[in-house]
Amino acid sequence: MQKMPVWADVILIPLVSLLLAALLSAAVIVGIGEDPQAALKLMISGALGSTYGWGYTLYYATNFIFTGLAVSVAFHAKLFNIGGEGQAMLGGLGVALVALYIPWPHWSFALIGCTIGAALLGAAWAYIPAILQAKRGSHIVITTIMFNFIAFALLNYLLVNVMRPAGSMDPATASFPEATHLPTLHMLLEPLGIKFSKAAPANVSLVFALLAAVFVWLLIWRTRLGYEIRAFGHSESAARYAGINPVRITVIAMMVSGALAGMMSLNTTMGEGERLILNSTEGAGFIGIAVALMGRSHPVGVVVASILFGFLYQGGAELALWTSIPRDLIVVIQALVILFTGALDNMVRMPLERLFLMFGRKEG
Amino acid sequence: MFDVLTDLLTVLDSTMRLSTPLLLACLAGLFSERAGIFDIGLEGKMLAAAFFSAAFAYVTGNVWLGLAAGIGASMLLSLLHGVASITFRGNQLISGVAINFLAAGMTVLIAQSWFKQGGRTPALLSGGRFENITLPFTDALSVVPIIGPFYKEVVSGHTILVYVALMMVPLTWWVLFRTRFGLRLRAVGEAPEAVDTAGVSVIGMRYSAVIICGVLCGIAGAYMATGLQAGFVKDMTAGRGYIALAALIFAKWRPWYALSSCLLFGFLQAVALRPDLIKGYLGFEVQVQLLDALPYILTVVILAGFVGKAIPPRAGGEPYVKER
Repeated sequence: MQKMPVWADVILIPLVSLLLAALLSAAVIVGIGEDPQAALKLMISGALGSTYGWGYTLYYATNFIFTGLAVSVAFHAKLFNIGGEGQAMLGGLGVALVALYIPWPHWSFALIGCTIGAALLGAAWAYIPAILQAKRGSHIVITTIMFNFIAFALLNYLLVNVMRPAGSMDPATASFPEATHLPTLHMLLEPLGIKFSKAAPANVSLVFALLAAVFVWLLIWRTRLGYEIRAFGHSESAARYAGINPVRITVIAMMVSGALAGMMSLNTTMGEGERLILNSTEGAGFIGIAVALMGRSHPVGVVVASILFGFLYQGGAELALWTSIPRDLIVVIQALVILFTGALDNMVRMPLERLFLMFGRKEG
Repeated sequence: MFDVLTDLLTVLDSTMRLSTPLLLACLAGLFSERAGIFDIGLEGKMLAAAFFSAAFAYVTGNVWLGLAAGIGASMLLSLLHGVASITFRGNQLISGVAINFLAAGMTVLIAQSWFKQGGRTPALLSGGRFENITLPFTDALSVVPIIGPFYKEVVSGHTILVYVALMMVPLTWWVLFRTRFGLRLRAVGEAPEAVDTAGVSVIGMRYSAVIICGVLCGIAGAYMATGLQAGFVKDMTAGRGYIALAALIFAKWRPWYALSSCLLFGFLQAVALRPDLIKGYLGFEVQVQLLDALPYILTVVILAGFVGKAIPPRAGGEPYVKER
C-alpha cells in the first residue's frame, strides 16, 4: 500500500531530516558560545560569495559525488560499503603509478590512463570483501572497515619505504610530470570568457564526476544489470528464484562501487595534489555515506547533496579561519545528517505517514 | 647485548596496559551484539568517555568523578543508538557510523570551547589520574626467579581499571552463561520471537544490553584518558574501537576468547612500539605498518572462515517487529 505520495518520500522527508540536523547544528554552535546566524553568513560568503569560494566548494563536491555514487551503487544491492576510504586510497595509488611510470604526451591521455588505473585498483580493493561476502559469508561491513585500515598501512608502507623520492622527508611520491597536470576550471572557462579564480583547485574531474553520475543512472535504471542489482537489493530470495546469481551481483556491484570511490583520487591526487600524499582522501569516503543517504541513492540527489557538503566543507574551513569555531564542526554536522537521514529515518517517516493517511482518508 | 627477560617483561607490561581498553570495549560489544544489536560505534563511545572523564577529572581534581562522567557520556550515546536502532528500527550500522562522527566532532568542539587548547584537555595532575597499584606480596615474591619479576612487572603495578577489565571477563561469562538474564539476552540475539512468546520484553532486553555496552565503553574510554595517558587529545582512541570489534569477531563472541584475542592484539600494539627489539631478536626489520595492519588482516582471515568459522548471533542487525 502506498502510504505517501512519491514526492513526500523523495523530497519532504530528506528536507525535514535536514532541517532537524540544521537546527541541532545551530544549537551546537550556540552551545559553544558562538552566533549561528553570523556563522552561516560567513559560511555562505566564504563558500559561495566568490569564484574562489565556488572553486573550493566544487572541488570538494567532486570528491563527494564520486564517493556518494560509490555508496549508492552498493546500497542498491543492499550492500553497505564503508570501505570507500580505503578504495579511494588504492585509487590514489593507481593514479600515482600510471602518472609517474608511463610517459604521457598530453593531459587528456593521462586522464584516461589514470582513470583506468584508479578504477582498477579501487575495484580490486572492493573485490576481496565482495568475494568474501558472496562466497564465505563474512560480513561486508566489517571486512570493508578492516580493509580501510589495511589500505592505510599499505599506503603508509609504500609511501615511506618505496615510492618516496630520495632525500625527501614527507611520506609522498615525487611530483607528477607536467604533462599529466589537469586543467583547472579557470583554464577551462577562460576561452568562454568566464573569469574563474586561478587559485581554486576545482578541475576537469568535476566533469568526470557528473559523467559518472549519468553513468550510474543509466546503469541502475536503464540496463538489465541494474535491474538485477535492484532486484537483488529488494529481496535476495526473490532474485535468486528469478535466476539472478547472487555471487555475480554482489561482486559486480561492489566492484563498480570500488571503482567509483577510486576515481575520487583523480580529483585529489591528479587534479589538486599532483603527487600522492598519505592523507589525500581526508575522510571523503565516509562523507559518501552521508551524501548517499541524503540523496536517497539517486544520482541527482547525490549531486545535490555533494554540492551541499562541498559548501559545508569550504564554509567550515572559512569559519575555522575567521572565528574560533574549529573545523570539526563539519564532522558534527555530517554526523547529524547521517543520523537523521539514515538511522532516525523512521522517526521522521512514521508521523508524516500518519499525517498523509489522515488527510488521504478525508479526501477519499 | 640484550637482556631477554627484561625486554620480555617490558613488552608484556605494556601489553597489559594496551589490552585493557580493547578488552573493555570488546566485552561491551559482546553484550550488545549477543543481544542482536550490532555496534560499530564502540570507537565513538570510547572517545566521548575519554574526553568527558579527562575534562571532569581535570576540573574537579577527582578521577572517580571523571570516570562517572565518562560512563555517563558513553551511556548517552548508547541510548541514542538504542533509540535509533531499537525504538525507531533504523539501520544499526548507519547509527553506529553517525555516533562515531558525532563523538569525533563534539569532543574537539567542546574541548576547544571549554579549555581553548586546540581541542585537548590540560594535562591531568596526580589526583586526576588513576594511580598504579602495587599488589600485595610483590616484595616477598621478588626473590623468586622469573615468577618474582613477572609478578612485579606484569601482574602488579597497574591502575585499578586494568584489574576491573580482567575481572569483567569471568563476570561477563557468568552473567551470560549462568544467569536467567544472560540466557534471555543471548536468546534475544538468536531468536527474539521466541523470547517474545515467553513473555519477556525484547525491547527491554535489548535496551539493557545496549546500556551495559555503554558502561563498559565508558570505562574503556576513561582508562584511555586517565590511566593510560594523562588527559584527552583529539582522536586519541585511534581506531581502538575497530580493533575491539575485530577482537570480538576473532573471539567468536565469547568472553574468554575475547580475553585472549585482546591480549594478542595488545601484544601486537606493544611490539609495534619497540621496532628496535624486533630487529635485535629476529635479525631483520619487520615493517611497523605490517604490525599495525596485522589485527585487521587476522580478522579478515578469520571472517573468511579459513581458520575456524565465526558465526555471529543469528538475529544480529535486524530490528524486531512484533507480528500483528
